[in-house]
Amino acid sequence: MADGRIALTAHLLRRAGFGATREELEEAAARDYEAVVEDLLHPERFPEVDEDVMGRYFGWDITTLGAAPWLYRMANTRRPLQEKMALFWHHVFATAYSKSEHPVTLNRQIDTFRRVGMSDLPTILLELSRDPAMIFWLDNNENHRGEPNENYGRELLELFSMGVGNYTEQDLKMAARAFTGWTFTQPIPLYPHGHYQSSFVYDPEAHDDSEKSFLGETGRLTGEDIIDIIARQPATPRFIARHLYNFFVADEPQVPAWSVEPPRDPDAIDAMTAAYFESGFEMRSVLRVLFNSDSFKNARHRKVKSPAELVTGILKLVGTHRFPQPGFEAYAEATKMMGQELLNPPTVEGWHTGKEWIDGGTLNERVNFAVNEVAPDKPGVQSFIAGLTSGKTSLPPDEMVERSLDLAGPVAVGKETRAGLTRFAETSGGLSFATEEESSLSTAKAARMLQLVVASREYQLA
Amino acid sequence: MEGNGKPPVLVVLQLSGGNDFMNTVVPYTNPAYHDARPLVRVKEEEALAIDDTLAFHPSAAPLKDLYDRGTVAVVQGVGYPNSSRSHFRAMDIMHTCEPVALGTEGWVGRAIRELDPKKENVLTGVNLGRGLPRAMSVPGVPVTSVGNLDSYGLLTGISEERQREEALDTFKSMYSPAIGSGPVMEYLAQTGMDVLTGADQLKAAPATYESDVEYAGNAIAGSLRDVARVHTAGLGTRIFYVQHGGYDTHANEMPDHPVLLSDLSGAIMDFMQDLRDHDASDEVAILVFTEFGRRMRDNGTGTDHGSGGGAFVIGDRVAGGLYAEYPPLAPEQWLNGEDLRHTYDFRGLYSTVLEQWLSLEAAPIVNGQFEQIRPFVEAA
Repeated sequence: MADGRIALTAHLLRRAGFGATREELEEAAARDYEAVVEDLLHPERFPEVDEDVMGRYFGWDITTLGAAPWLYRMANTRRPLQEKMALFWHHVFATAYSKSEHPVTLNRQIDTFRRVGMSDLPTILLELSRDPAMIFWLDNNENHRGEPNENYGRELLELFSMGVGNYTEQDLKMAARAFTGWTFTQPIPLYPHGHYQSSFVYDPEAHDDSEKSFLGETGRLTGEDIIDIIARQPATPRFIARHLYNFFVADEPQVPAWSVEPPRDPDAIDAMTAAYFESGFEMRSVLRVLFNSDSFKNARHRKVKSPAELVTGILKLVGTHRFPQPGFEAYAEATKMMGQELLNPPTVEGWHTGKEWIDGGTLNERVNFAVNEVAPDKPGVQSFIAGLTSGKTSLPPDEMVERSLDLAGPVAVGKETRAGLTRFAETSGGLSFATEEESSLSTAKAARMLQLVVASREYQLA
Repeated sequence: MEGNGKPPVLVVLQLSGGNDFMNTVVPYTNPAYHDARPLVRVKEEEALAIDDTLAFHPSAAPLKDLYDRGTVAVVQGVGYPNSSRSHFRAMDIMHTCEPVALGTEGWVGRAIRELDPKKENVLTGVNLGRGLPRAMSVPGVPVTSVGNLDSYGLLTGISEERQREEALDTFKSMYSPAIGSGPVMEYLAQTGMDVLTGADQLKAAPATYESDVEYAGNAIAGSLRDVARVHTAGLGTRIFYVQHGGYDTHANEMPDHPVLLSDLSGAIMDFMQDLRDHDASDEVAILVFTEFGRRMRDNGTGTDHGSGGGAFVIGDRVAGGLYAEYPPLAPEQWLNGEDLRHTYDFRGLYSTVLEQWLSLEAAPIVNGQFEQIRPFVEAA
């Protein structure tokens, strides 16, 4: 049972956060599951990451594109769900650096997701619609009375709230017109490198104040009205719940398929939808239902880790995340090579997740990264080795495999992986720390064993 | 297709975001074009004329040069009925040839299955770039996807050779295919084994390649250079896939679109030259496509999603010229009062390339019979 608790808690902390060190895991597993969930849902109970420390060591500030600092936050935050929700909304409201080349507004957007990510959906959509990075990304600054630009209106309905099939092209045009005049204070200066913050401004001159009909409601609808109407549609919580399910529980097909393919677990979607309406559209309540459901608890290893999850998980495993170190930018580069360049998703659809994280190129990067990070001199690897023997002077091959899989996750493996690891353990004859020579040999063998575990197929799963 | 005796090779080049075909191959003398595009257009005096009605965008000058050499087939009005305006749905449709239901098999993946039914070469289909396109994805069909050609290979961080061999042996057993372990685990196993096999062979590409062509520093030039490196290494690849992103020009089309066209056409020009220098151009054809064209009218600084795009088939064995019909431009002919009407089904274009270039039966790959064009030089 104790082992079952460890595995369940590890699952929760991997999904609702970015994994945990063994000490963090054992501490949380000793507590009531629902109490751990409540702590995750209430980030304000815990201190924020010390931004001064980040700034002092790395010169990271708001003008640096925040992929590396963000990974540092993910690995170190004591508010893991707040950070995970910021990543969730970044997946859904995918905004890329490639167009604006303006780090200030993008960093600010992620801060906004951190701030309102678990609040009610109308607030989140309103903040999104007023977010300068989003306005520029989807051209709402070009959306004027008489010359509507449909980009934001379209994606607000198709990708950010309801999904295809729940509105008409006419509704979409009306939504676009309702957001005319929603722009930012000054054009973002690309060159010279002007790090000006930009803020939302409403330009009544550019706003189309005429009568519009949207999803059956008619009037001189504004952007606020559109968000209000969207939030009340049954399609909206179902769409968002499916996103949550795909991000936190188990891989779904890609978003374009959702209008055709039913959800994997319709009951889970129903339960989240009910919580949404009962709570007055609040994400925190939806997440509470999600994490406490059996559907979630039983979904272990049913998701492919995103590159950000893989990298932060490895950092926690090898224990180098705590020390701000030069070269942290390399971790941002690593997720990029694995197909996830944070703050620069390929399109407004965001990243294709699940199985689509994996192809020959990205699997190659994932395996090599994980193996290279697991070096015997790293603190997490040393405590892994100490934990393997827990004071004993030797460990037979089968126990070496069992203990390694437990301490690395726990990772549940299939018979091929177990066979491969067992053969390695048997060839190397288990571990012995009786003499100094054997000790140094066994340290290398144990580290190699951990490398093989993180190179496995099962380790690719969250 | 008979050529220089080498098996024909197809390079699929995807323009992601919906290329503005009307501002690429421009109806520069048509008043309807200038009326609809007061702010986002190519001026008549700047256009690179093909004939009295059509011209290339001035930033696509290298493409115009290739056209003048007779090696570019411009395929006009490419689309399908009830064109989707969603990028993602539209791209899915272009990848799976399934405009109504949801397709699960990509057309390029199906072609690879036919080209290499016994799965003898994991390099038969190679994607160069990040992210495997849906077009190449068919369960059980091995394809190789390479993010970085120069660092491809597993466990390369283990420097001691015997230890690396030992670790690779363990990797092989951990990734050996297991029946009934579920589609994700099976896919991971297949991908892992394909990387092992592919990486061994791909080492030859950077090692043997030499060239006098200096490609530009942009992404599409890098991707096409990688195609040249792998192709000239003679590893048996029959279909390459590369992508060029950024074509979603809702805003700032006037400054942004020319850069895209210039990068693209320059890269194609250099690639073709590189192939010729290696006596390897006769067996290669490039298919350039996009998910849709853009709206007839501009929106002030850009153009919104539309339909009726266009494609190119490029190569030394291509019979250059104009194919299919340019969509009608008179406002009363616009689809839904605002879009270019498609004149040619994209599945006909795929069928053309599949049957006439790769000698494959197209109907099962594109899900039906579609009218073909004749863009290749007939064998002597």
